[in-house]
This record gives sequence, structure tokens and C-alpha cells, in this order.
Amino acid sequence: MNDLIVKTVTKLIMPFIQLYGIYVILHGHLSPGGAFAGGAIMGASYILYTLAFGIHEGHKKAPHEITSKIESGGILFFIGLGLVGIVSGGFFLENLSAGFPPGVVGTLLSGGLIPLATFAIGMKVASTIVTLFHRTIEEEMYD
Amino acid sequence: MKKSFVVFVLGGLLMVLLSSIPEMPPMGNVNNPSFNQVSEYYISQAIADTNTPNVIASIITDYRAFDTLGETTVLFTSITAVISVLSGKKMTSIMKREDSNE
Amino acid sequence: MQILNVILIIFLIACALAVERTKDLIGAVIIFASYSLVMAIIWLLLRAPDIAMTEAAIGAGVTTILFIGVISRTRRMEK
Repeated sequence: MNDLIVKTVTKLIMPFIQLYGIYVILHGHLSPGGAFAGGAIMGASYILYTLAFGIHEGHKKAPHEITSKIESGGILFFIGLGLVGIVSGGFFLENLSAGFPPGVVGTLLSGGLIPLATFAIGMKVASTIVTLFHRTIEEEMYD
Repeated sequence: MKKSFVVFVLGGLLMVLLSSIPEMPPMGNVNNPSFNQVSEYYISQAIADTNTPNVIASIITDYRAFDTLGETTVLFTSITAVISVLSGKKMTSIMKREDSNE
Repeated sequence: MQILNVILIIFLIACALAVERTKDLIGAVIIFASYSLVMAIIWLLLRAPDIAMTEAAIGAGVTTILFIGVISRTRRMEK
């Protein structure tokens, strides 16, 4: 689809959607929302870009090499956060007693493991949605 | 005959399920069986345990973090299945093109 | 509030029946998206705002797009 209005509005609105997604992910331990909702909003912004500009431009924006690395890296980072608890002598995925900094209640950097885990899962959900959509759509690239 | 049997079975199931609705306790009541000491512990101790005002986030990523790890594993398995199924299309189209060239 | 709940749940049941009865698969997907939106409002009325956000983003947005992508690779009408 080659429409000037759709392309211009997509270019205008995409940073705000991504800003909202990052806000929902980073404030997952303070406000409603969290990893899955924020990751879905982030992925939806890339889906909007691919719908407006076509699969080739979408591939340039979010290539398979980078999204697959983010996806594997997210889950490996989450498992690594769990292994910190074992290294410090506690249980798997232990939070404050494993030595994560507690911070002040109600601020952005608080809660020890929770913001880090939310960030990792959010990035993984976003890249999963983008990869699913591109893999389902990209048939016409090879024909 | 077959359709009337299906309607009879589904209607009986509907009657059984509807008869259990008036027995359900009202939503948000203190005396509900789901409001036991576990949820009381979460509500009273979540800030002391995890320094997080959002109790749901503390349950998802602290008390039940292993469950969240399982959910991310489900996502990873689904994306692996999709890539392994849909990437075969690319190979077959390339092979077909080579066959037609020969 | 009670009347709003009843209206929304009746709309949900009508949407579910319409998804099953529709032969055009893209129309069924659009009806399913409206089902997800009403479901998100019901989650909000049940005081679960994070589930409502996830339902509105995944159920109404991403699932619809994925269904339409899959339908574009297969056929549109149900046999």
C-alpha cells in the first residue's frame, strides 16, 4: 500500500506508541501493566510500521538477526538473574535476600529483581510478536 | 436424530452449569473461600518482602517467578515452532526455481 | 452498573455465536476483535486493569493481525 497520509501519520505516531510501551514496561512494578502488556504495545508499533511501509522497510527497521538475538538474550538474562540467587547461597530466582539492591519504595529503581525481570520479559515479548508477524507475512519476498 | 442428541446433551450441560450459578459466593466478599491466609499474606507483606507497591507485579516476578519463566519458555517454544514450520517454504521455493532452470 | 454488565455479557454471547455462524473468515476475525474489546471492558469493570491492557493489546490488536496474515496465505471463505 502506497498512501502518503498513512505513511506520514505512522511516522508521527510511532515514537509515541514506543514511548508508551517503554513507560508501561519500566513502570511495571509501580503501576498497572507490566511485561506482557508493554511488550505487546512495543510489538504493535513495529507491526504498524510494517503495515504502512511494506515488508522490506519493516525488515530494515527490525531485522531477523537482531530480533532473534533479543529474544534469546531476554530469556537467558532472566535465567541469569535467577542464578544470582543460587550463587549468593539462596534459592533460584530469589529477590531481596539474594543481594539485589532494595531501593526506596515507590521510586523507579526499587524492588531489586523485579524491574530487571520485567524489562527482560518485555523485550522478549516485543521481539516475539514482531518475529511472528514478519514470518507469517514474508511469503511474497521469495516468490 | 444426531442433531437433536447434540442439542439434548448441550442443553443438559447448560442446565447443570446454570444451576450452580446461584450457589456461587458474591464477588469481593470477605468470607469467600478464595480469600484465605495466602492472599492476606500477600496483601500485608508484599511491600516488606519486595519493596514494590504493585502487589500483582511482586506476585508475578517474585513469588511466582518460576511460573513466569515457564510462560516465557512457552513463548520461546511457539516462536521456534513457527520459524521451523514457515522457513521450509523458502527452501522449497528456491529448490523449485532451481528445478525449473535445469 | 449491573445493567451495563448484563448488556456487555449479552453482547459477548452474541459475538461468540456470530463468530461461529459467519462464513467469511475476515468478517469472523473482525467480530472476534470486537469480542476482545468488550472483554477488555469487562476486565476493567472487574477491577483488573493490567489484564484489561493485555487483552486490548494482544487480543484485539496482535491476534487480529496474525489471523489476517494467516488468512491471506490460505483461502478466505469457509467451505
